[in-house]
Amino acid sequence: MATIKIPPVLRASVGGEKQVGASGENVGEVLRDLASSHPATESQLFSSDGELNRYVNVYLNDEDVRVLDGLDTAVGESDTLVILPAMAGGAG
Amino acid sequence: MSASGAELLRRVKSQIEEVDPSEVNELIDEGVPIVDVRGSEEFATGHLPGATSIPRGHLESRIESSVPDRSAEVILYCASGARSAYAARTLQQDMGYKHVRSMTGGITLWKDRGYEVEVPRALTSEQRDRYSRHLLIPEIGAEGQQKLLDARVLLLGAGGLGSPTALYLAAAGVGTLGIVDDDVVDLSNLQRQVIHSTDRIGVSKVDSAEEAIHALNPDVNVVKYKTRIGASNIMEIIEGYDVIVDGVDNFPTRYLLNDATVRLKIPVVSASILGFDGQLSVFKPYEGPCYRCLFREPPPAELAPSCGANGVLGVLPGTMGLLQATEVIKLVLGIGEPAIGRLLLYDALGATLTEVKVHRDPDCPICSRDPEDISDEELGVFPDYEAFCAAAG
Repeated sequence: MATIKIPPVLRASVGGEKQVGASGENVGEVLRDLASSHPATESQLFSSDGELNRYVNVYLNDEDVRVLDGLDTAVGESDTLVILPAMAGGAG
Repeated sequence: MSASGAELLRRVKSQIEEVDPSEVNELIDEGVPIVDVRGSEEFATGHLPGATSIPRGHLESRIESSVPDRSAEVILYCASGARSAYAARTLQQDMGYKHVRSMTGGITLWKDRGYEVEVPRALTSEQRDRYSRHLLIPEIGAEGQQKLLDARVLLLGAGGLGSPTALYLAAAGVGTLGIVDDDVVDLSNLQRQVIHSTDRIGVSKVDSAEEAIHALNPDVNVVKYKTRIGASNIMEIIEGYDVIVDGVDNFPTRYLLNDATVRLKIPVVSASILGFDGQLSVFKPYEGPCYRCLFREPPPAELAPSCGANGVLGVLPGTMGLLQATEVIKLVLGIGEPAIGRLLLYDALGATLTEVKVHRDPDCPICSRDPEDISDEELGVFPDYEAFCAAAG
């Protein structure tokens, strides 16, 4: 089971956890598994056509999956996925 | 009978080789060591570009540290060509330098021919004292400190991130600090905005920041912009700055800043904070990705946590702001490896720092094009520009 690091803005959708486990052979399956366990994350991750939203980046370990094979990128048991939505300032 | 001074000089010149300023002017570009043997006060009034100062009285003891290879070519000069002739003979006959030459006519003839003269700007004795811990670091030294004193850095916001950044950049001797902020100091700011103080509640943040900066380092020129940065004023404000420190708290401005800085090729040190988490990256146009390469589009308003008031650990903007200040100094000095093409994710609760790669997007709507092709109308183009934060409530 791969580990998914949850960004602050999505933590409320996964019961406040900073990281959760999810299963799947590739990035798409792992994120779908996350969305089925935590339905509130689905619309934040995926657009209506099933692709990753453009304002969300997903990294397999430290590499952007868009420069790998996107949602088809293979995921191993010990891999970590980092979900990273755009975050602005908050410096106020 | 002893020789007169003039005869001795003639004799010495017959024993050494001389070189005309025109040839020296070409050799400078090839990196041939040029040694100025005049006194240090004379050197300080102007010297050949890239020349090393070794006053003739210190020649024998110091030449080896500058020119260790005795078979290397080396050129000496003084004011008129006399002292450098004696010095050349010493290096040649007493120290075994094989290719030493003295420049004919010295810097006087050099100047007459109209060649470039470099005038070093010395630090004052107070500055030598104030920045002594920088001067002791080889990566900074007097030359690096001068770069910091010459640097112009713009801070967007004198808030949580801007406070520590401004204080430490001021302490480090960054010569010009521009600050853009239209807000006034509020009691609820003081949990993290350490540049302000309780007795300045109600004072505008740019004035309050200026007071703190000048109390710390009167050398710093503070340029205040009591305004919000927007499409109508951004180009005018940011032009001429060497580095911009971004603590912008909303997406529309974040994209506007990105597009404008790409067009002007100004690097941006960007950080954001929320709760216990911080992010940092350096966006250096055309050398690394820009913000639009990282996030092609902003999240919908309901998912953007940036518009309303959010909680943040007071220390966190300190941590992230000082990482920003460090990156600024690295960019100004040209040292180290700035966080270009990398996004650092700091988790204060976990005490972890994670790093992910950020790539240039070959299809980036902004930085895949030449800066001159980016029009005013395209800057900060953003869905629902005005309505964005209103919708987020």
